[in-house]
Amino acid sequence: MKTMDENKLKQALMRHLGFGVAVEGLQRLPGGASHVTWSLDAVKEDGERLPLILREGPDLAKHDSNSGQLDCLSEYRLLKAAETTGVPVPRIYFMFEPEDEVGFGYLMERIEGETIPRKILRDEAYAPALPLMAGQCGEILARIHKVDISELSFLRPVPPDMSPAGQAIGQFQQILTALGEPHPAFELGLRWLEERLPSAERITLVHGDFRNGNLIVGPEGVRAVLDWELSHIGDPMEDLGWLCVKSWRFGVNDRPVGGFGAYDELFAAYEKASGIPVDPKTVHFWEVFGNIKWGVVCIVQAMSFLMGVRRTVEHAALGRRICETEYDVMNLIS
Amino acid sequence: MAQDRPTAVELLDAVREFLEKDILPETKGGRAFHTRVAINVLSIVARELREAPAFDAVEREELRTLLGHDGELGELIRELAERIRNGSLDGKRREVMAHVRKTVEAKLKIANPGYLNA
Repeated sequence: MKTMDENKLKQALMRHLGFGVAVEGLQRLPGGASHVTWSLDAVKEDGERLPLILREGPDLAKHDSNSGQLDCLSEYRLLKAAETTGVPVPRIYFMFEPEDEVGFGYLMERIEGETIPRKILRDEAYAPALPLMAGQCGEILARIHKVDISELSFLRPVPPDMSPAGQAIGQFQQILTALGEPHPAFELGLRWLEERLPSAERITLVHGDFRNGNLIVGPEGVRAVLDWELSHIGDPMEDLGWLCVKSWRFGVNDRPVGGFGAYDELFAAYEKASGIPVDPKTVHFWEVFGNIKWGVVCIVQAMSFLMGVRRTVEHAALGRRICETEYDVMNLIS
Repeated sequence: MAQDRPTAVELLDAVREFLEKDILPETKGGRAFHTRVAINVLSIVARELREAPAFDAVEREELRTLLGHDGELGELIRELAERIRNGSLDGKRREVMAHVRKTVEAKLKIANPGYLNA
């Protein structure tokens, strides 16, 4: 749904919140294909202002469960679960109901702060946050990985005969085959991974896209973790490796953790908060995997030009950036 | 049949210089960004026209040795990828790694030479 009936939204807010409000500043935020995000303020009669975010997507009947993306009800339940172990997430208010006629989605708090990586890494306002962020990320990831997965039955389990890494490698081989363009460097990377499958001692909730760009940051550091739609069950070290992938450093390569920190800071904070030692080799494994995953994303974006979906010179040029990631993968596995 | 000059590369240079000198200063925001991307794309194509034939010849020759037969370059690359995946080239890992590194570097020398030293 690309439009929003402001009056129906107002009625729904009053019904769920239990007090009268006016809706102000309703606007659709950029980005998102199947899921749409709206920003709004609910203003109470006494003038108090609730900054809000509304997430909305296809209902369960229309949701493509093969997309790898969670439906809004799952996202809602996941955020509720993450709250219980102290993960900094926006406060979740409620799931809309069919009689609200607002759409299939939920309402949460809008947390102010910066999400654009280049600003976080370069603006003076966030300079005090940078030395803290690797440690904060370690602690937050430890909390994410503590979420009780027996409450998350809507997330697809790892097949009993497979390791999370083995499953993930198989998926990427399928995607590479389906995309049709041979990439020997990525095949070498996947072969390298197959020969080093970590024993999956722990199976936990994995955020799936925990990186610079999906964190709301203030001068004091990370305020909240966003973008949970790629969450799944797997090897917790996948999240640590993905956070260190080169493209999320936004050019600050001497700080491998998101362009803001060092591996040791991330690992030490994770160990302290979880009580579980981090094997740097396993994180390196997932960092290699993450770089290949990023390469596949670049191939998909170039394909969107070739198939006429995004006919811009920018998308065309992305195809010629794939070899940058191939080069990174070769360096990581040599 | 040889075409009259300017050569293809010289024509691309002409278009690139037009975009750089006449169009880019007149644009801003998203339009300026896309103009820069377009200029970069023309540079890639010019480098490819100049350098790719030599790179391709070396790549094909190395693949002929690695795979044990000749063929069209695209088909040889496809076979290389398949055989890395199915493990039948595991015994030649060092040679395969060296070859793939060299071809990736050749791609970068055309697509973004600056990345090699970054």
